[in-house]
Amino acid sequence: MKLKQLEGYLGNLEQFCNPKVELEQYPTGPHIASRMLYTAENSFGDIGGKVVADFGCGCGTLGVAAALLGAEYVMGIDIDSQSLEIASLNAEDLELDMNLIQCDISNLAWRGNVVDTVVMNPPFGTRKKGADMDFLFKALKVASEAVYSLHKTTTRAHVKRTALQDFNARSAEVLCELRFDVPQLYKFHKKKEVDIAVDLWRFVP
Amino acid sequence: MRLLTHNMLSSNIKGVSNGFPLRLDVENSVSKEVEFNPDFLRNMFSKIDWKALVDAARSMGYAELPEEAPDSSMLDSDEFLKKFHHALLELHLDEGALICPETGRRFPVNKA
Repeated sequence: MKLKQLEGYLGNLEQFCNPKVELEQYPTGPHIASRMLYTAENSFGDIGGKVVADFGCGCGTLGVAAALLGAEYVMGIDIDSQSLEIASLNAEDLELDMNLIQCDISNLAWRGNVVDTVVMNPPFGTRKKGADMDFLFKALKVASEAVYSLHKTTTRAHVKRTALQDFNARSAEVLCELRFDVPQLYKFHKKKEVDIAVDLWRFVP
Repeated sequence: MRLLTHNMLSSNIKGVSNGFPLRLDVENSVSKEVEFNPDFLRNMFSKIDWKALVDAARSMGYAELPEEAPDSSMLDSDEFLKKFHHALLELHLDEGALICPETGRRFPVNKA
């Protein structure tokens, strides 16, 4: 599938209708999501034929993208049941298989080395300090081949150090810097729309 | 949700000493056809907890799997692979939950 096509599919997905600020629910836009998964597949071969998990999947954008790019098996985990309902409709619309479970990612452990790749757009840890690193810690435990994740560019040094020294990642590499457009979703947002710089990371556990 | 997901998850709630396998609360289950991929199945076979799969399949009304973990030579048998395929990937918990065996905490399962 071509990048443009993938972006087109993702652009038609339903997103949060009542986003919850405490969970830092921001939709992963089609531009970023398509580039993230397209790179994972075309530069690294981490998606096609693989078992892929989307942590904090929200409305399922990244998981859907993985399924569209030929992942053999996709799982989506989120704590919020409303988002999962939307994710399930999104998957159904495109006739894709997603295995969706509602839970806090810290409450489930993953046996063996079944999951190859974790893809995620974690909370940035702005509202709940450390939430981004909690997700990364878990993802590095679960994935056997690679973790793709988005983190604020301002946290780059911290993410690298934590991944390599504390979480024992074999490598931690910024693939590119992207603009994450945050629409005015919440009351405390003063501006109509802001861009924040985020890094697309690839970690090897 | 398919049984491969069930097979790889265990409860990690604080204080739980053995969270595997999760119990299945089956409100509604369906069977959906999935493309048969023998290579994927052979790869998964070594990673699967056989007893958990047999029990989970049975709770969804499918009792065709051998009780004892089969020998890996069975992976050359199409007949066996098709049963394994059906249990692992085609049985589908449409509505229900996974339940922590020690605390009873529910992890609801969504469609698709």
